[in-house]
Amino acid sequence: MNRKAFAAAFPLTVPVLMGYLAIGIAFGLMLQAEGYGVVWSFLMSLTIYAGSGQYLGVSLLATGAPLTQVAILTLIINFRHLVYGLSMLEKFRGMGARKLYMIFALTDETYALLSSARPPEGVDSHDFYFAVALLDQSYWVLGSVLGSVLGSALGFDTTGVDFAMTALFLVIAVGQWRSAGSHLPALLGGVVTLVSLVLVGAEDMLLPALGVIVLALVLLRPRLERGRELAAPEREREVLP
Amino acid sequence: MTLTPLQTLATIAVMAGVTFLTRALPFLLFDRGEHPPKLVLYLGQVLPPAIIAMLIVYCLRGTTFTTPGGWVPPLVAGGAAVLLHLWKGNDMLSIFGATILYMVLVQGVFG
Repeated sequence: MNRKAFAAAFPLTVPVLMGYLAIGIAFGLMLQAEGYGVVWSFLMSLTIYAGSGQYLGVSLLATGAPLTQVAILTLIINFRHLVYGLSMLEKFRGMGARKLYMIFALTDETYALLSSARPPEGVDSHDFYFAVALLDQSYWVLGSVLGSVLGSALGFDTTGVDFAMTALFLVIAVGQWRSAGSHLPALLGGVVTLVSLVLVGAEDMLLPALGVIVLALVLLRPRLERGRELAAPEREREVLP
Repeated sequence: MTLTPLQTLATIAVMAGVTFLTRALPFLLFDRGEHPPKLVLYLGQVLPPAIIAMLIVYCLRGTTFTTPGGWVPPLVAGGAAVLLHLWKGNDMLSIFGATILYMVLVQGVFG
């Protein structure tokens, strides 16, 4: 551990500290409301470390979703990470064993910090990146654990706390709507899923919806790509890992 | 809990494995300077908004229209999340404001 690197990284990560604590607490509360205690929230935040993914995970656990469905949905909700990795290839080169952790910990926020932040004079850049990544995850784990403990200790009625997930996705959607060149993908996603809910039912609605969405987007590619430069994909602004 | 502890562990392991894979894939495929296929880049751009819209509908799948308690809380709290966000643009305020409003509605007003 390099104390100088951590001291340099900490001030930069304070906004992430606030965000991860709050959203981590909501995650712990939701998981607790489904009957999964602090051990589970700790384990999930330690090994998965993905905000939207873990929020969705609460519902997958609650409904007892089959593993193939868990795998496909996790893949899709994390698809944007592919784009993040592409722009970190250079930065992580030569980090040795720590590179594995850097890849594991590449959340939206850590990505944002790493893309913009520069290490101060006299601090090794690899030590600095590693400190940022490790601090961010520690906030996320801390928030989740706090949420679980609060949920079980305070004993207040947590009915309705799961709406945090809906609110989170709505907030992300508002941000995407503002920065999107075309609103067609968002509208398509909503309408197709609604049709799937009506035709297939609430139990198995997601996979058919997903298949149609991907297929439609591939078919609409000539139209959606017109006038857009895809060589330099912009980062979606997200509030979560 | 609807799952056994072992099934829960398996679900978490799958989520952890797949999440890591999505983060590792660019490093596995393109670390030697190859260019990623255009289709992958295209989907990386257009999929996220479609997926978020899908998840919003999924979150609201339990909405019913037989009693006001089935649809008024999600409509009011969802609207509050969007309006708060358009107004202040503060993630935490929008998420927690809307969630607390929803909890008050389902527990107090329509409880």
